[in-house]
Amino acid sequence: MEKLLEVNNVSKSYGDYTALNNVSLEVQKGSIFGLLGPNGAGKTTLIRIINQITMPDSGSVILDGEPLQPNHIQYIGYLPEERGLYKSMKVGEQALYLAQLKGLSEKQAKERLKYWFDRLDIRDWWNKKIQELSKGMAQKIQFVVTVSHQPKLLIFDEPFSGFDPINANLIKDEILQLRNDGATVIFSTHRMESVEEMCDHIALINKSNKILDGKLIDIKRAYKSNTFEIGLLTQNPDAVSATLRDKFEISPASFKSINNELQYRVKIPETISSNDLVSYLTSVGQLTHFVEVIPSSSDIFIETIQKNR
Amino acid sequence: MNHLSLILKREYLTKVKNKSFIIMTFLSPLLIVAIFALVAYLSSLNNNTVRQISILDESGLFANEFESTPQMQYKIIQNTPLSKAKEEAEKSEVYGLLYIPKTKGIDEFSNTITFYSEDSPSLSVMKDINNVLETKANNLKLREQGIDSETIKNLHININANQETFQGMETSKLGSGLKLIFGGAAGYLLFMFIIIYGNMIMRSVIEEKTSRVIEVIISSVKPRALLLGKIFGTTLAGITQFLVWVILIGILSTIVTSLFGIDPASVSPQQQALEQGVDGGAQEVIRQVLMEINNLPILNLIIMFILFFVGGYLLYASLYASIGAAVDSETDTQQFMMPILMPLILAVYVGFFTVIDNPHGTVSQVFSYIPFTSPVVMLMRIPFGVPLWQQILSVVILFLSFGATVWFAAKIYRVGILMYGKKPTYKEIFKWLKY
Repeated sequence: MEKLLEVNNVSKSYGDYTALNNVSLEVQKGSIFGLLGPNGAGKTTLIRIINQITMPDSGSVILDGEPLQPNHIQYIGYLPEERGLYKSMKVGEQALYLAQLKGLSEKQAKERLKYWFDRLDIRDWWNKKIQELSKGMAQKIQFVVTVSHQPKLLIFDEPFSGFDPINANLIKDEILQLRNDGATVIFSTHRMESVEEMCDHIALINKSNKILDGKLIDIKRAYKSNTFEIGLLTQNPDAVSATLRDKFEISPASFKSINNELQYRVKIPETISSNDLVSYLTSVGQLTHFVEVIPSSSDIFIETIQKNR
Repeated sequence: MNHLSLILKREYLTKVKNKSFIIMTFLSPLLIVAIFALVAYLSSLNNNTVRQISILDESGLFANEFESTPQMQYKIIQNTPLSKAKEEAEKSEVYGLLYIPKTKGIDEFSNTITFYSEDSPSLSVMKDINNVLETKANNLKLREQGIDSETIKNLHININANQETFQGMETSKLGSGLKLIFGGAAGYLLFMFIIIYGNMIMRSVIEEKTSRVIEVIISSVKPRALLLGKIFGTTLAGITQFLVWVILIGILSTIVTSLFGIDPASVSPQQQALEQGVDGGAQEVIRQVLMEINNLPILNLIIMFILFFVGGYLLYASLYASIGAAVDSETDTQQFMMPILMPLILAVYVGFFTVIDNPHGTVSQVFSYIPFTSPVVMLMRIPFGVPLWQQILSVVILFLSFGATVWFAAKIYRVGILMYGKKPTYKEIFKWLKY
């Protein structure tokens, strides 16, 4: 796959404080890239560098094969975490102004905005002032402004904050649709469920350093611990429990079930295959549940950060 | 359309369409004209009151010297003791009682005459009375010495030295006053303009910061373009407002004067009378004023006014913008305002005291080169005739400093606009310059 964005060894410090330390990333065209990290890790600094708001002290950023340059701003749509619009300006005028700043002509801007206002069913807001709208409504306008110039690269910093679940879903679908239409998306978030649902690729930044980077599937594979969740109906649960405890690392599990069965999480050593566990379990009772435990993004996030402390 | 003109257009339109801006634009001239009309009306009321003054002249020498005017009615009392005259004066609500005792010699009048009144009498009344008394006493004294006052009058020669520059240009005292008015008005206008519209720019920067729209904008345009767009947009709005004011005040004052028949010249008839006495006729004064205006370097003044006005304003405006960027709210701006206002106030003081005293002295010269004071000080000096090279040098310094200030302000701006939460110190702002 082709790369849309390359960040090469970028460092940035403010006085004595290092915000980014030698960070490199690659974002594939047409993917959704999750930029994760705790508060203050340096995500926003990196995003601001990609947006040319701040300049890196060293390192380079390549967009679509060219080093970052001023006219690239029209290819990037940016929804900052700290968002806001001119309070006393009318929605339509404001959206037109911001779209034109991104390089659209007035006519183009009008067409595109009309399309989006129709699509999100917010035509009636055109002549209202931002201060008359609710926070969620203003967020929608801001989303439209971010995508109206059809950027190749979309950068969303916490895009779902401030939305109710219905609107969050609506925006999520719009983002997926934009990706399907060919845009590349960078996502900065703490909300792990949206990472799980949407991202193909993630990078984890902690204390100015990148500590994890890769395809979500690969990372999950790397982080799986050969742990299985089992459910077993058996005559003598105490004896089975004792044997399992002897042979493997087990911990209690709880999943919904209609049976009153033995429930455990069993971690098996690399030397033993899952088939061995299954054949043992079937020999002592009726197996009702057998699932490999896949680490969630949230688990990976917490585990990696703690490892790097 | 490029970014700068887009930003400029938006800044201008939002300012001009703003309700309070529109109200201020149309209400201020109304208020100003209303206040002037009120003052003119009140002072004409004041002039119309008739003051009655009783005179008890025991010496019999002065009573006939006082001539009643519409504003001053003199009543001569005779054959009444002082105590009774005072009582009557108090009862009959006259303005005051002038008591001239009988004395042995003329010299004694200097400290024996008394004016009794309810409150302290007005200065102009006392001046008039003293004048009459003094003239008469002097004449009496002269006659005592055997000299006729008419002879003295004929002997007296009025000297009025003609003033002329080496280039052969006629000057006069009146001209100096006029130059002062021109220079002072220009300097003061600039001072007001900087304060009003500098603040407006600062507020507009703070507004973008507090509404958090700034990060979206700054991801589309360069901070410098935003800064310049803001300054120019607000300046244009300011010029629009100023023009409306000038036109409205012109129209309104014409209407008011013709409607109420208030003649601005009638406000100070005494002063006018005085000038007439000196120069021999109001027409002569007008002729001299016109001549002096003609003599002023008008073209030079206009060109330099525009250059210094624009340069000085832009210099301060970029400083105001960087203050706006450095703080979170208007209440935090105070500590940073001081260093901006100080040189501005200094310039006005230097202008009004030093330049008036000696337009080409060392202090005036030095301050007319320092970019933070030069717009005001130089504008005040130019009517007195400043060599062209000095003017050009000062303008060049001013515009170079404007370039430097914009660079400096853009640095603070690009860091400051993304800083939230805490009020920066001077030390931190200095650090931002290095980022």
